[in-house]
Amino acid sequence: MSENRPDPDALLAAIQDQEQRQRRGKLKVFFGMAAGVGKTYAMLDAAHMRKAEGVNVVVGYVETHNRAETESLLDRLEIIPRQKVEYRGTTLEEMDLDAILQRKPELVLVDELAHTNVPGVRHPKRYQDVVEILEAGINVYTTINVQHFESRADTVRQITGITVHETVPDSIIDLADEIELIDLSPEDLRKRLAEGKVYVPEKVETAANNFFRVGNLTALREMALRLTAERVDHQLQNYMQIKRIAGPWKSGERLLVAVGPSPFSEQLIRWTRRMAYNLEADWLAVYVETSGMLTPEQRVTLTHNLELARDLGAEVVTTAGDDIPATLLNVARQRNAAQIVMGKPVHSPLRDALRGGSPVDKVVRASGSIDVFVVTGNPTTTRPPLFNLDTRQTSNPTQYGIALTAVGAVTLGHLIISDIVSYELLGLIYLMAVLLIAVYLGRGPAVLAAATSALAWNFLFIEPRFTFEISRAQDLLLLLLFFFIALFAGNLTARIRTQERQARHNAERNMALYTLAHETASAVDMDAVLRSAVAQIGRIFNGDVAILLAKDDALSQTPHPSSTLTMDERELGAAQWAFENGRTAGRHTDTLPAASGRYLPLRTSAGSVGILGLRLREDERLTFDQEALLETFTNQVALVIEREMLDQAAEQATMLRESERLYTALLNSISHELRTPIATISGAASGLLNLATASDSSNRAALAQDILTAAERLNRLVENLLDMSRLESGRLMLKREWCDVCDLLGAAVQRMGIALGERRLQIDCPPDLPLVQMDFVLIEQVIVNLLDNIRNYTPTTTQVDLDARVIEGNLRVRAMDDGPGIPNEEIERIFDKFHRVPGTPTGGTGLGLSISRGLVEAHGGTLKAENRTPHGACFVIQLPLGAAPPPVKEAAL
Amino acid sequence: MSEGVHILVIDDEVQIRRFLRISLEASGYHVIEAVTGGEGITRSAQHRPDIIILDLGLPDMDGLEVLRRLREWTATPVIILSVRDDDQGKVAALDTGADDYLTKPFSTDELLARIRVAIRHTQSEAQEPLFRCGDLTVDLARRLVTLRGETVKLTPTEYALLRLMIQHTGKVLTHQQILRAVWGPEYVHETHYLRVYFAQLRQKLEDNPALPKMLITEPGVGYRLVVE
Repeated sequence: MSENRPDPDALLAAIQDQEQRQRRGKLKVFFGMAAGVGKTYAMLDAAHMRKAEGVNVVVGYVETHNRAETESLLDRLEIIPRQKVEYRGTTLEEMDLDAILQRKPELVLVDELAHTNVPGVRHPKRYQDVVEILEAGINVYTTINVQHFESRADTVRQITGITVHETVPDSIIDLADEIELIDLSPEDLRKRLAEGKVYVPEKVETAANNFFRVGNLTALREMALRLTAERVDHQLQNYMQIKRIAGPWKSGERLLVAVGPSPFSEQLIRWTRRMAYNLEADWLAVYVETSGMLTPEQRVTLTHNLELARDLGAEVVTTAGDDIPATLLNVARQRNAAQIVMGKPVHSPLRDALRGGSPVDKVVRASGSIDVFVVTGNPTTTRPPLFNLDTRQTSNPTQYGIALTAVGAVTLGHLIISDIVSYELLGLIYLMAVLLIAVYLGRGPAVLAAATSALAWNFLFIEPRFTFEISRAQDLLLLLLFFFIALFAGNLTARIRTQERQARHNAERNMALYTLAHETASAVDMDAVLRSAVAQIGRIFNGDVAILLAKDDALSQTPHPSSTLTMDERELGAAQWAFENGRTAGRHTDTLPAASGRYLPLRTSAGSVGILGLRLREDERLTFDQEALLETFTNQVALVIEREMLDQAAEQATMLRESERLYTALLNSISHELRTPIATISGAASGLLNLATASDSSNRAALAQDILTAAERLNRLVENLLDMSRLESGRLMLKREWCDVCDLLGAAVQRMGIALGERRLQIDCPPDLPLVQMDFVLIEQVIVNLLDNIRNYTPTTTQVDLDARVIEGNLRVRAMDDGPGIPNEEIERIFDKFHRVPGTPTGGTGLGLSISRGLVEAHGGTLKAENRTPHGACFVIQLPLGAAPPPVKEAAL
Repeated sequence: MSEGVHILVIDDEVQIRRFLRISLEASGYHVIEAVTGGEGITRSAQHRPDIIILDLGLPDMDGLEVLRRLREWTATPVIILSVRDDDQGKVAALDTGADDYLTKPFSTDELLARIRVAIRHTQSEAQEPLFRCGDLTVDLARRLVTLRGETVKLTPTEYALLRLMIQHTGKVLTHQQILRAVWGPEYVHETHYLRVYFAQLRQKLEDNPALPKMLITEPGVGYRLVVE
């Protein structure tokens, strides 16, 4: 790849970033080296200019610190009232985020970006409020001092000796569209301080002697200038990239920082972020998980470190392996990292020597072409715990007590049997005890047991007894051997035990993942999958789980029935926020941490499809590891939901296509059928309105009759369409009851009534015909349709016959005419929807026969057409008779 | 007969109300209109109509609910307007106390015939002891059925059925109503009894049992005794 050609990926990323920015509100940061340089003043000044230009500006939160010149600027601006928050008995004021979002101005002013909110409001930090405002498409002006940037916090502490607690991630600077550095020389600032323009007079003295020392201010000023310069450089690069100007392209370098459960790692991470930013490089934070167990404190530190790395823009990688240096190098080679950042070893050189060199030494030795940076940590934070040489596993004092008691018990037993048994055997029994202690109590107690049992053995049993002296060289060797074997075996056993525990933990995790994947692949419906997922997640994390699904882009307010977590208003609020913003919210997160559950959006390619909520039974922070697992679960569940939704969509698409085809046919075929009666009705009605036509009474009667006939025809069409759609949708419910077939035929003829006109009609129905189970109304409809069909396609002089018989266990009903009959090649096709025999008169809907066949088939019967000799058509219905009708009872009168 | 008869029309469709008003007023009835169920109930309390025509599909409340509320305090005949597919709605309305139903679309003649039947039932307090229809005479006092002058032998159940239908001449009776009245409440689902007994009655009383003129089947709803 040539160096001076834009990398397409980088170009795409730059453009996407640009697009994202266009949707988002614009962020302008007024940035200074320290308090009092005039950031707020500059911000208000700029706001007034915008306002003069006609921009809708409101003040979200501005702190004037009672500075008169600043206060005067606030006068003519609309101020959103602050919200009052009750916290531990006092009422505090915070920016009202919801009021701002609701007010939706074009520009909002938010002072002091690094501010930490009172617990209880939505986000713990103000910059998170700002991000939400920006995402709502509102522009923001804000202020911040250089010491509040996370990556500078260490340097600031080193220079000024002050630990900065309120920090914002450096990524907020990347978010800014514009940065305005409010610069002031240290001397001028001190002058302003002395004039009481920065702090109230009583604070001035202490401030001037501490933070506002010239040395401090100069250093801070340099940092601010440098940050601005870096930023400008960055912007230039971006600009060139977007405008496709050839230049020094992003180096493509990648940094890797090794992160561990030590507080020192935090400094390493900050260092690497700064370096990566300057190099314009991506960076990875890698944690190598060994078989050893971490203490709860270490786990918290590790999680904190990895979160920090992610916040600062690193890609976080966790990988497993007992050989840390080799694993690190592996990752570096796989991910193409050219530089590895590690901390300077803080262990004693002796320990490193015992282990064949420190990890740093090993990495440096095996690194090959990879550069290795070794960074020094702040000594105050890096001292390892004194008492614990090896922090992989800790045992509590009780376990040490048990180990001592066990050794004591074994010793007592030995005293009893020492006369019968040789002292060598006693040593072996001690060894056995040490091994058991290693298995059940861990490494530390085993070491203690090895030492104490060696002493006891020597003192009580090795000749000369009751002294620590050893007379024979052989015994000395024996004792030394005993001690080393006990130590070594104990260590080994404990290690195997930990590994076993780790393996079981991993196996359990894999099993859970496998089970979920398996069940999701094989489950028939979504409910089953969700039920299984809720159960699995609940078991693995020991918590209550809820799943909320989204419908039509709105989150359901009632959890899926399988959920075990009950949700109140507050929980639902957190879930809603997570859903709307596509980010995790709730317990131990940046948003609504007061909720008791943690809410993860179920993300798919099409956006959030719901929320998964988890409340741990014991309120503890999830480790990084658990978080990754939970993420995997969430993704799996989201995948299943997405699959289900895609299935539904596909089904819908098929149905839509099918109905589209039907509608096209319908439109083609019935537009004529619809228009004819409508034309008749409107024509006849306008005739009735016309005085000349309507004055003749016979005209009036004829026109009215026409309207009536046309309306009946329309009605028939509508009924047919309704029947058809009921049949097609599969929503047809048969209401089977015992029916008198003759009664049914009579009712059908009665309904046709005058429509049959002059045609002679004969019903041949023997009175002894049994009752037949069927839907009276629907079969009557079939007969009506058949008669209607006959009426449409036969001359008015036709003889129509209906007959009913029982033949071979079937009820056979025939509707016959002696008209022209049906062309032989059309005999099957007349049952097709909208099919019309060519050359026949119009008048039918093209649906009647198709509906009739559908209705008969729904009864398990058949409907066929045939021709009679010499001429005429015959429709034959065959229905299975089934069981004999139940007996009939006389009324008790 | 239509002198001073007030008819309340409860229907939300303005065209239907107009057509009903024109047809009914042309026949000499007074028409009161109501657009919603709530208004219908109020109007019927204010005006005490002789007949109520009620559309089952109303915007504000279920027509059945309107009927139920009306039946809490008045026995005024109610004629239901319904669509063809809604057999269950019709049956429910009839079982709730409606007197008759009409399926949309319907003709003016049908409507006027139903109204006449309803009026007759409100006005004739005492049952005529003698029922005549074509060649058929039924002497309810003497339990005597004659067809063209000859006595027809009916079983007690057949006679009970016939008498019930005569008592409600022109009105539709649902399967349930008939079964309950003749056999008793535990038989309301045995509709096949009706199939058998009506077939027998038609065989004995109708000129052409296959195309009855008197004992008419209302598909999916019940039966009606029609007098020409």
